[in-house]
Amino acid sequence: MLTPDIWPKNDYSRVPFFLYHDTSVYEEEQQRIFRGPVWSFLGLEAEVPEVGDFRTTFIGDVPVIFNRAKDGRVHAMVNRCAHRGAIVRREAHGNAQNHTCIYHRWNYGLDGKLLGIPFQRGVMGQGGMSADFKRECHGLEKLRVQSYHGILFVTFSDSVQPLEDYLGPNMSWHLKRLMSKKVKVLGYQRQRIHGNWKLYCENLRDQYHGSLLHQFHRKFGISRVTQQGGAALDPRHRHNISYTREGTDSTDAALQAYREQGVAESELRLKDTSLFRYTQEFPDDISLAICSVFPNACFQQIRNSLAARQVRPRGVDDFELYWTIFGYEDDTDELTADRMLQTNMVGPAGLISMEDGEAVEIAHRATLADPTAFAVIEMGGGGSIPDEVTFKASDIPVRGFWSYYAELMGCEAQGGIR
Amino acid sequence: MISIETRWLVQDLLNEYALTIDHDELEAWPDFFTDDGVYKIMPAENRRQGLPGVLVLCIGSNMMRDRIKVLREANEFNIHFDRHILGMPKLEPLGGNLLRVTSCYSLFQTDQEGESRLFNVGQYEDIVDVGGPRPLFKERVVVVDTCAVPNLLATPI
Repeated sequence: MLTPDIWPKNDYSRVPFFLYHDTSVYEEEQQRIFRGPVWSFLGLEAEVPEVGDFRTTFIGDVPVIFNRAKDGRVHAMVNRCAHRGAIVRREAHGNAQNHTCIYHRWNYGLDGKLLGIPFQRGVMGQGGMSADFKRECHGLEKLRVQSYHGILFVTFSDSVQPLEDYLGPNMSWHLKRLMSKKVKVLGYQRQRIHGNWKLYCENLRDQYHGSLLHQFHRKFGISRVTQQGGAALDPRHRHNISYTREGTDSTDAALQAYREQGVAESELRLKDTSLFRYTQEFPDDISLAICSVFPNACFQQIRNSLAARQVRPRGVDDFELYWTIFGYEDDTDELTADRMLQTNMVGPAGLISMEDGEAVEIAHRATLADPTAFAVIEMGGGGSIPDEVTFKASDIPVRGFWSYYAELMGCEAQGGIR
Repeated sequence: MISIETRWLVQDLLNEYALTIDHDELEAWPDFFTDDGVYKIMPAENRRQGLPGVLVLCIGSNMMRDRIKVLREANEFNIHFDRHILGMPKLEPLGGNLLRVTSCYSLFQTDQEGESRLFNVGQYEDIVDVGGPRPLFKERVVVVDTCAVPNLLATPI
């Protein structure tokens, strides 16, 4: 049980290292956050277009199955047999009319209802379940699913606020923008990072590191601190959108800004520049938008590379980052080919993203030794958290993450900012 | 009928390719491809679902040279040493000077503390051009069984 006095400062600009390593904290997070009053990212409607299409996933560390049922809607259930707790659907994806646990063949409908159990009435008058056993009381645990323009969110909670209120106006606008056309899934990438899942949530909300850790950005002028951009948050500051506008700075201004900071530059030129071919496909000049939704999701536009990322915690010191790469159904072959080329920039082998895995792992490793020491989060200033940050050298939204984390974990700092 | 000599030359190509990466001579890596050669790393789970999604895609040796330059000058990645263990290849004639060559690999990574871990296992699906002075890859598709990439994937497989 965490207490308010774990925070050295009430603006969450100091984060004690034990939060990344304590297994009891991890277990409490599963209860209070992932199974708490939040909406988690489940998947895309486009992944289960037909009746019977299913995919298995994890929300927190709970195995979950989602499928499209005969009513046309997507249902989500805990993927755990009501009988003895075994995984019911072992395949990652497929199409089926029902789900049968292999252990004792208990059989469930696409809505999670228990349809049948072998030998319920015994064999030749002997055995069987108790006479008062009611099948309707032993279905798969159902979760509440809601689609936001084709993005499926799920919750374990009856009391969570409505999805659009949970997302807030900025996030709603960005997700609607990204999902303005029918989506076509192009593939998946998986990255196993040996670090605490929250280190990645922080990384997503930390624009400060963008052009410093990921030097490809700066050396090729894709994203620089001198470009117009910033962060937009929800009113509760738990989500964050980091964005960059195309064509809003000059190379000279950028070089000067980095030179003044003593950050090395180089005369790096690509032999083949087709990686940079960019088709403006939205009615605005935003070329990069990283939309991070508390607790487990990120939706990205990095030029023409579009993807959803799902964070799947696998214990206190391990998580999987699951990328769903997509385009739109009406994409030309050329645009699909360009999206594939730009996939070179993202994912575990991405020219502008591979470093995140390493950054999380080295932070995780070195913070283990001294649980009461703390991280410093102060770029862009401490104190209150604004809804908009109009400059890029900032990690303000990281404090927003911790502020909401503290609320859910029941340990808000004394006079803690929100 | 593929001659014994051609088989050996292809075997040399596969071996030298792997040793070049293991010896961190990455600048020479694109030289194993024709100028218009294609290098692709693809998760097996995408292949099974008929999805085009890749981890790495280089079309032409210039793009491969770019990737190595970016690795050397811009990327930060786990400090490691690669070791490829190769399986025996299967060779099939495709007509003309082209062969389809299929082989498997295991790739171990060793860190600075000397601890070795299996990093990736999978299959090379190659189209090799044996028409020139030495065989070259016209296409090398690396289908990775280990879709769940540990930490990150920086150096070529």
